[in-house]
Amino acid sequence: MSDPVLPPLRAVFRAIARTVVPEAAALDGAAWDELERIVERALAARPPKLRRQLGLLIRMIDVLAVLRHGRRFAALDDGRRARLLGALQDSRLLLLRRGIWGLRTLVFMGYYARPAAAEAIGYRADPAGWEARR
Amino acid sequence: MIEKSYDVVIIGSGAGGGTVAQALGPLARDGLRVLVVEQGPRLQDHEFTGRELDMADSLYEDGGGFLTADGTMTLAFGRVYGGSTVVYTGTSLIAPERVIRRWGVPGLSYEDIERRSRKYMAENNVHLLGPEGINENNRLFVEGARRAGYPAEQFPVNVKGCKGSSLCNLGCPNGAKQGTNRVQLPNAERMGVEVVTRAEALRIEERAVVVRVTERPPGGKGLPSEWAPGEYRIRAGTVVVSAGAVGSPALLLRSGVGRMLPRLGQGFTCHPAHILVAEHPREITNDVGHPKSYYVDRAEEEGYVLETCMYFPFTTAKNMTGFGAEHSRFMRAFPRLQMILVLAVDEAVPENRVTVDRAGRPVVHYTFTAETIERLVRGTRASAKIFFGAGAVRVHAPSADPTTIEAADAGRVDALISSRHFKPGKVSVSAAHLMGGCAMGRDARDSVTDAWGRVHGVPWLRVADASLFPNALAINPYLTIMALADRVAEGLRAELGAPAAEAAPGGVS
Ligand SMILES: Cc1cc2nc3c(=O)[nH]c(=O)nc-3n(C[C@H](O)[C@H](O)[C@H](O)COP(=O)(O)OP(=O)(O)OC[C@H]3O[C@@H](n4cnc5c(N)ncnc54)[C@H](O)[C@@H]3O)c2cc1C
Ligand code: SF4
Repeated sequence: MSDPVLPPLRAVFRAIARTVVPEAAALDGAAWDELERIVERALAARPPKLRRQLGLLIRMIDVLAVLRHGRRFAALDDGRRARLLGALQDSRLLLLRRGIWGLRTLVFMGYYARPAAAEAIGYRADPAGWEARR
Repeated sequence: MIEKSYDVVIIGSGAGGGTVAQALGPLARDGLRVLVVEQGPRLQDHEFTGRELDMADSLYEDGGGFLTADGTMTLAFGRVYGGSTVVYTGTSLIAPERVIRRWGVPGLSYEDIERRSRKYMAENNVHLLGPEGINENNRLFVEGARRAGYPAEQFPVNVKGCKGSSLCNLGCPNGAKQGTNRVQLPNAERMGVEVVTRAEALRIEERAVVVRVTERPPGGKGLPSEWAPGEYRIRAGTVVVSAGAVGSPALLLRSGVGRMLPRLGQGFTCHPAHILVAEHPREITNDVGHPKSYYVDRAEEEGYVLETCMYFPFTTAKNMTGFGAEHSRFMRAFPRLQMILVLAVDEAVPENRVTVDRAGRPVVHYTFTAETIERLVRGTRASAKIFFGAGAVRVHAPSADPTTIEAADAGRVDALISSRHFKPGKVSVSAAHLMGGCAMGRDARDSVTDAWGRVHGVPWLRVADASLFPNALAINPYLTIMALADRVAEGLRAELGAPAAEAAPGGVS
């Protein structure tokens, strides 16, 4: 079993998650745990190099927040957080663009793969198909 | 290492491998020892739950998250008994005549592909769904396309007893989709073909395959392997490689075959695609009903195809571009979303290719050419017009900045959607029609196999899957893969001494 990636980065990861999916701000402790469990499971199946890169990217976002705004990422307001991630997503460097793409994809996985989130957005697909709607 | 011996070993059980397995069934019944080696598990019917992560992890390579080398595109392909036919949508089209003629493979005619495709259409129960099976996501596409001036055509699909769960790409929970896992492989096994799952072909040696059989992981789906875990060296009179457009070139490369075949791995194409969403002012039926019933084919004129589609929450979120409030607004509108898949017809270029890393794992190098990007952009513009024609209030367009286009701007989509906004790495692009890498052709200078899938210079080695395509097909590929695999099997049967027209089950002749 590989070491989990998120525990030392929890505050900044959760701030990133709230920026990627604003509704995440309303999650309770159990829902955060579930989200992070899903993300960790996906990461555990990935090569160690990728896990290291993800950790580095999250740390870099935190450092950038301090350099630009004098505060840690988690302490920024919603607008600044979104602009910072948006700038990285539009970076000239492919490495950064795809890093942000990967990070937001993990957040989407953790958030939307939870049955509660699927239900909240009104997703209702059912193996019984049409019968389930009658 | 445990030693075994078979007359024919087929590697992979998808559209290609499953077809060859069935076509060799009559010979197996007569005593020929035929083995299919499949790295994925064999799932039981009750294990198809339709739950997104649960199924994606069990059915897809890398859980559906396999990335190209530079990380700018996700490739979706199956890793399970039945291969990608377990997760495909089952739309069943015959290859366009112009494409087969343009391929220019000596000895391969359109008429032959068409005849064989029709055979499998009959076997797979391909038909048009009746109006009662068509949901609003599909009907709005037809209506919007008509208003926007594009003729929409109905997809023939290969289902039997479809309940309209819309879960095709997570594996059919009702056993309705007629993939090789439902039709060809069970037929083959009934005739005496052996299938071993959780068995990965590590490399091919002279008339032999080295295979590793693994245990069922704790908590994983699927039955344990038919063989005990361990490494096997399987001697084979003939080896048929059907590991798919990523797996086949990779396996041949790590087996050292590339030394004599300079084209091996080259010419990979995949119909790069965007999943587009648009919001309607009212709820529509979208996550119920067969997901993919209509398409607009502009491949010949403009280099793209538009298809209806419907995905699951995470897949939808991932395939939209960007994040934050705008992204969330679309996600919250899920019951009001219409979806279109835009597929670009990409051209084979040598640089887009499959290689292997030091550990022998496949690496897919893919760069979007300017023309491929332009085709995606054109298709996105057409889709936006279709969405607005159908009454959408806003459209998500990856190559627009901002990515949301409101109905008030419907008249400006040509200006708003532009290739200058297509930033690889930022825009989400995925592909599920993986093709090429072991192209058919004349000789080793221009290809890997001949028109019968025989690897140049290696008489006991054949390829039978999507990797045979010398260029993109410009339409959904599975029937053409089955047609090509059918040819490979026919060549093999002729060589093994069976009458060419010996009937396989299911009314096939
Ligand atoms: C989500 C999705 C939807 C699709 N929808 C459609 C559609 O509607 N219509 C259509 O025409 N096409 C569709 N396709 C495409 C179609 O499914 C594929 O083109 C087709 O199945 C490819 O056939 P193949 O034999 O080349 O490979 P696959 O079907 O992918 O089979 C290859 C098999 O080889 C196995 N394998 C690989 N390497 C090894 C190894 N080393 N050892 C042992 N086994 C190995 C894999 O596990 C896999 O099972 C879809 C694909 C996807 C992913
Ligand atoms: S829509 Fe039909 S074929 Fe597709 S998964 Fe549901 S029941 Fe199966």
